[in-house]
Amino acid sequence: MYHFDFRPIAQNFDLLWKGLLLGIGIALLSLAIGTVIGLLCAFARTYEARPLRVLATAYVEFVRNIPLLLIIYFVYFGLPLIGISILDNLWSFVFALAIYAGAYMTEIFRAGIEAISKNYLEAGKAIGLTRWQVIRRVTLPLMFRIVLPSLGNTLISLFKDTSLAAAISVNELTYGAKIINTNSFRTIEVYMVVGLMYLVTCYAIAGILRLFERRFVMAR
Amino acid sequence: MASVINSILINMPLIFKGLAVTLGISVLVLIIGTIIGICGGLALLYGRRAVQVLVRLYVDTLRGIPLLVLIFAIFYGLPVLSIRVPAITAAVIALSIFAGAHVSEVVRGAVDSLPKGQMDAAKAIGLTFPQRIRNVIFPQAIRRILPPWVNTAAELVKATSLVSLVSVVDLMQSVQQIVGRTRETLLFYAVAAVIYFVINYTISLIGTRLEKRYTYT
Repeated sequence: MYHFDFRPIAQNFDLLWKGLLLGIGIALLSLAIGTVIGLLCAFARTYEARPLRVLATAYVEFVRNIPLLLIIYFVYFGLPLIGISILDNLWSFVFALAIYAGAYMTEIFRAGIEAISKNYLEAGKAIGLTRWQVIRRVTLPLMFRIVLPSLGNTLISLFKDTSLAAAISVNELTYGAKIINTNSFRTIEVYMVVGLMYLVTCYAIAGILRLFERRFVMAR
Repeated sequence: MASVINSILINMPLIFKGLAVTLGISVLVLIIGTIIGICGGLALLYGRRAVQVLVRLYVDTLRGIPLLVLIFAIFYGLPVLSIRVPAITAAVIALSIFAGAHVSEVVRGAVDSLPKGQMDAAKAIGLTFPQRIRNVIFPQAIRRILPPWVNTAAELVKATSLVSLVSVVDLMQSVQQIVGRTRETLLFYAVAAVIYFVINYTISLIGTRLEKRYTYT
């Protein structure tokens, strides 16, 4: 019979707690940067001339078809070799996750833009808005309502993907688990607690997002 | 340029070995995961209440935990329970449990989307449960299962890269070893990226074609 002993985890819980908060922070930050990348690429793929469109498509297809871990290694180990050495492991990871998020979000935004009825855009033109005004006042607000649920799912997967930061020793939750495991050998207990922390956080994020969505739908 | 090609050629055997491991794990996990997924999906729809609750718990838990945590838990956890298996076996177990949960949802969604009349009609003509599933439900559900299932396969190939973190020498790990030895970091990451890209892009092209073929509007 296996004897559970949660004391080493209780003693080091602040390691896990700080790791969890860092993970959430990284996920939010890369969601924010990914949104900017995603919007630029989505509009490039929808409206811009051929060279830009091809470039954006190449970025999206390439990133979506290689493992995140490879992007992380590339940014962390590869970029310093071509003279970009300002990034420590935390910022390398944020940068890598943002590049990754940007590709997926481009697809989400593009689908959102395409789902908007052409009537709205024509109505915008008809009342004399410039192209930029149509994008800012018509396309963007409508698109964000359409893509909100997908953005929520992206945030949850990004949060789960922050576990990969352990591969380059960023002290987030999974790395905390590894350290406590190495020091105490309470493997089962550590991963039970950490798994539960991820699970609860994911469902908490999902719950908050659902409230958020409901408000948005009612405001409409 | 010549030295670059030379360097790649010298390290090609190791890369191919790693690639073989990556593909082997992917195929094996896809098979096991699909079997778990079909059983899980059907259990979610037609199982007894207790079974439904258990499978729902399995699926929802696995979807809320990062794959890497699962891999670490099984790789470091099995020896604690005095179960000694090679790293690659631990990795395959973890990935299969993970894939099984995802395929379960795919199967459940597909079967659930069929008109209820199909099941009733099959019952009415006196087919047994296995016959109903095999001859009525499955042939119709398969076209809704295949496109997302192909996506799962592509996700899986990418996910296998995580096994490199528990010392399995897959494509990612073999590239890491080569990089450690040759210091030609960018070159071999690029080689790895191209290989992963070709595999996954091919799979996703198949997925897109299947989707087009099976979607009616």
